[in-house]
Amino acid sequence: MTLLAVERIKLFSTRSPWWCAFAALALSTGFTALAAMSTEDGDGGLSLPSATTGLQFALVVVLALAALAITTEYRFGTIRSTFQAVPNRAAVLVAKAVVVGLVALLLGELAAFGSWGVARVLAPGPGLELADAEAWRQLLGAGPFFAFAAVLAVGVGALLRHTAGAVTLLMLWALMAENLVGVIPNIGPDVREWLPFTAGGRVLDPASPGAPLGPWGSLAYFAAVAVLVLAAAAVVVRRRDA
Amino acid sequence: MIEAVGLTKRYGSKVAVHDLTFTARPGEVTGFLGPNGAGKSTTMRMILGLDRPTAGEVKVAGKPYHRLDRPLCTVGALIDAKWVHPNRSARAHLRWLARSNRIPISRVDEVLDSVGLTEVGDRRAGGFSLGMSQRLGIAAALLGDPQVLLFDEPVNGLDPEGIHWIRRFMRSLADEGRTVFVSSHLLSEMARTADRLVVVGRGELIAECATDEFTERAGTGSLKVRSPHADHLRGVLERHGITAQPRDPSEPDAILIPGGDGAQVGRIAAAEGVVLHELAPQKGSLEEAFMHITGQAVEYRTDFGGALATAGKGD
Repeated sequence: MTLLAVERIKLFSTRSPWWCAFAALALSTGFTALAAMSTEDGDGGLSLPSATTGLQFALVVVLALAALAITTEYRFGTIRSTFQAVPNRAAVLVAKAVVVGLVALLLGELAAFGSWGVARVLAPGPGLELADAEAWRQLLGAGPFFAFAAVLAVGVGALLRHTAGAVTLLMLWALMAENLVGVIPNIGPDVREWLPFTAGGRVLDPASPGAPLGPWGSLAYFAAVAVLVLAAAAVVVRRRDA
Repeated sequence: MIEAVGLTKRYGSKVAVHDLTFTARPGEVTGFLGPNGAGKSTTMRMILGLDRPTAGEVKVAGKPYHRLDRPLCTVGALIDAKWVHPNRSARAHLRWLARSNRIPISRVDEVLDSVGLTEVGDRRAGGFSLGMSQRLGIAAALLGDPQVLLFDEPVNGLDPEGIHWIRRFMRSLADEGRTVFVSSHLLSEMARTADRLVVVGRGELIAECATDEFTERAGTGSLKVRSPHADHLRGVLERHGITAQPRDPSEPDAILIPGGDGAQVGRIAAAEGVVLHELAPQKGSLEEAFMHITGQAVEYRTDFGGALATAGKGD
């Protein structure tokens, strides 16, 4: 608990996490507003997926927030003060991932339901009814998806130790690389389903026959990948000189 | 108490610290002396468990650092004053440190006050001057009221007032019975503050002794003789088997005799009827002592080595 409190103080005593949080919410709801404005009156309002397209941009911001939480420690040398105060480095990393993950969870839910709310106001329609568990899943899933994405980003940040490198890698991977794999003829689409962000993102989509594990299963797979990356980071950080 | 035994750190094929054994005791300021690149900072980091030794070990208060429960309450360290997030306030920086070792939050204001930063405690640390950063680093080191304190080059870049403050401060910490381990490449600085010295060069131990003992042992004390007939005297002394240093063009009337005996030179001068204006033993400065002993162990030896040794004489 002590370590969680420490990481919470660290995270919220600088400004960038607040800016990132604000940006994540502004982006997701902003995109929904744009989508709502481009609907015609006769369309019958937005569908859930089109109301939440902005979530992928919010995700990118959350990835940056999470990576920064660890890379700035390396950038400014506070990682040494941290390890001096708490020599158990793996515990530090886990505590950081948990705190950042919880923040991401909250941001994910706020972004998803915020977008849905904006859509309900600007372009209401039957597509936005939370009629069944499937519909609820598409919104609720954003929280855990963002949370494990943050855990993954903390791991990548700890491995790379450089803000620019970690953020660039995460963004290119999440926004481009996985899509490019999908373009490879024949095997591409099948391989893509097993790439982490594509799998994790399934929880935000309507049920798809293409997803071999189903929406929650895909999310669990994504979570496993994130935890694995964090574990690898913990091993490396323990061995490395700080 | 800090005890290092056979401490060794290799980076690939490069040896940063080799088989270093020393002890820093409570109630004393132990100076950790060596030229830049001698492995001082690496050793400091190994003491704090930040770098892992290739071989050997170092214990603080009888335990390896990572075995310490609430380490900030045993060891306080100022390694680099800039290890602070620039957008975090001084108070927030101390707050998370305090929290991590279950130190009461009230202690944060106490240490801020003791280093004179109360007023600027809520300002972002990135806007601090070096002197203020240094004070914040010291506040962080004192947070857990530790018995062992480490300072890495604490006077670097400070103004005279700040230097004076740090010196008195380290003295008072040692007088309270704490172990103070302070590194420096400034030998004159160490002569003022340290009771004992651990001297390193190229990562190896060169000497571990009292500061006085170090200067004496290295005592390259020489004799300075000034005479209006310096060249004549030089010849006379040579006949008596006393070799002087080559002539220094800036002081044509002076003769410097390494290890010279004042009585003997005076007697010779009187017997030969040579007028003397000055006959003064030169106390070997720490700089000279250091150059003398570490001659072979200076990492980046340059042709300036001799010039530096000469420059240090006035101290």
